[in-house]
Amino acid sequence: MTHDLVYNILSLGVPFSVALLLASLGEMFNQRAGVFNLGCEGIMCMGAFLGFLPAFFLKTGPLAPYGIVLGFAVAAAAGVAMGLLFALVTVTFRAEQGIAGIGLQMMGWGVAGTLFRHFVGGVTGVEGLASWPLPGLSRIPFLGGILFNHNPMVYIAFLMVPASWYLLFKTPWGLKVRAAGTEPRAADSMGINVNRVRYQALMLGGAMAGLGGAYLSLCQAKMFADDLVAGRGFIAVALVYFGRWSPLGVLGGALLFSLAQSLQLAIQVAGIKFPYEFAVMLPYVLVILVLSLARKARMRGPTHLGVPFNREMRY
Amino acid sequence: MNRFKLFYGGSIVVLAALAAALGAALVLTAIGASPAATFVTIFTGPFTDVFGLTEILVRAIPLILVALGIAIAFRSGIINIGAEGQMLIGILAATATALALPTWPKAALLPVVILAGAAGGALWAGIAGTLRARLGVNEILSTVMLNYIAAQLYTFFLRGPMIDPGELETGSGTPQSMRLPEAAFLDRLVPGTRLHMGLVLALVLCVCVWFFLWRTTWGFRLRAAGAEAKAARYAGIHVPGSLVAAMGLSGAFAGIAGAVEVSGVHHRAIENITSGYGFAGIVVALFGALHPAGIVPAAFFFGLLLVGSDMTQRSAGVPANMILVLMGVLILCIVSAKMYLNNPYAQERAARFLARFRKPGAGEPS
Repeated sequence: MTHDLVYNILSLGVPFSVALLLASLGEMFNQRAGVFNLGCEGIMCMGAFLGFLPAFFLKTGPLAPYGIVLGFAVAAAAGVAMGLLFALVTVTFRAEQGIAGIGLQMMGWGVAGTLFRHFVGGVTGVEGLASWPLPGLSRIPFLGGILFNHNPMVYIAFLMVPASWYLLFKTPWGLKVRAAGTEPRAADSMGINVNRVRYQALMLGGAMAGLGGAYLSLCQAKMFADDLVAGRGFIAVALVYFGRWSPLGVLGGALLFSLAQSLQLAIQVAGIKFPYEFAVMLPYVLVILVLSLARKARMRGPTHLGVPFNREMRY
Repeated sequence: MNRFKLFYGGSIVVLAALAAALGAALVLTAIGASPAATFVTIFTGPFTDVFGLTEILVRAIPLILVALGIAIAFRSGIINIGAEGQMLIGILAATATALALPTWPKAALLPVVILAGAAGGALWAGIAGTLRARLGVNEILSTVMLNYIAAQLYTFFLRGPMIDPGELETGSGTPQSMRLPEAAFLDRLVPGTRLHMGLVLALVLCVCVWFFLWRTTWGFRLRAAGAEAKAARYAGIHVPGSLVAAMGLSGAFAGIAGAVEVSGVHHRAIENITSGYGFAGIVVALFGALHPAGIVPAAFFFGLLLVGSDMTQRSAGVPANMILVLMGVLILCIVSAKMYLNNPYAQERAARFLARFRKPGAGEPS
């Protein structure tokens, strides 16, 4: 009985983490490059809707199998575009990043909601991605079902963790990103175009947030609604702090949250009396707790996080 | 140079507004609506009758109050995105107080109800302020999270402890509180409309905020801590304390906005009562240059936008979410424009550029 319960919580929690994981990894690149992108929430909203749209339109046609793939591509492209917009505002115009992020969030939320009402209107489902058990690995008792019996996006998202680590710590571009966020002036003296690196990081982060949003609508909920993202973009930003700007830490944070979510579902299914509102509240309370505790550990984040780079300014 | 500065600042604000309108027009075109017709409905529709006109003011009241609070916070170096949640907690506090004291006379009850709202908002904002001052928790993230938490708390109370017993009897179960005692109502200014005394309160508080921030030592301390924390600390200002105070004050205004909304318009706590005022207030505060004298016209403008966008939803079928797009793009434009607003170098260049078009001998722009 308890074995089953733990198994259910874990095997549900792993796919739940995908959206947060993708968005957080993207946000990690943004913050490593020195840009605090709160617009992540808005990008996820747009990704969720624009990813849903092709799948919705192609639902019945002969192209149906490609709808989901196209959806992810469109969502990533929309994410890049919104990352570009955010870069224009915060890097080129050197606007205050926190408020600009809220602007981008409102915009993404509003555009997604407006287009949704016009093109879709109500609750409509899509097929979603079929589960794709990895041959051999999924046969491992207990662990196989938890880790290797999911849709392909789950594997892709988890492969993104080592890939991000490699990109950030083992490639010249990763070094540039880290330099842009920590010592932009030194990077500038070494001939690195700090603003260009920030643009690139924001585009990459936007693409990943878009994918994260699309995962929500295409694979997790299999539908779109206005409040589908429900603050996951903000949670993703908090997870970057929690994970101390490292891919592995971000993975840990994403799993912590998704397990909390599946635990909450399990509690509800088990019929334990607990006001529904408090269960929904839980992840948000957890974010505040996590942020409060993260402070105590020594933070070694990008020192120029949130500071626009101005070549002509002396610090 | 002063006249030129005004012209320069003004034209940048106009450019930002135009850019935002362009962004909204793109979305409107995407959904097959005519941007021109929509904008005409938004900007002229509310002026066609008394109801529309007063409704603009009704919407402007909470916007002014929320924006005042946000201006205090922003000026003091702490960003408050949590007005939405603070309003909700303020509404809960105000409603509970009014329902608990049904026998009190109006002169006593009304101030107490509004103060209860202020206290609720201040308390909720104080959480974020304290976390920032003590533990360095990013206040943007914490206020956003507190918004979500407050929304759940609000529905919990409306569905559970505070639900109107009448709703349970009839079995409809609409999540709403009991109707407030009449002594807790703000008087209506124009009979037959929803315009209420809150407008006067909001305008009086505008003057108070101006006086507080620019004419008292306390206000100066807050602004100094916000403008340059290190220098303020060197001058002996307790910066963490001023952050908490600013955040609490900011939340108090959001709480007042909530209390005024419940006792002036709805007369009971209902779902979706804030209708996004907490977020729109941020835009109003920014658009009003974080100054009471700017916030009032900005709030009227956004009141017009809100009423107008409701009208387009009814007449042209353009979703009211459209207003979110407009506000989001507007925020992006305003924060982008700031770089040019307070930049003497860019100003100088613009002045030189303009001088080229003047007749020779007309002299420098004065």
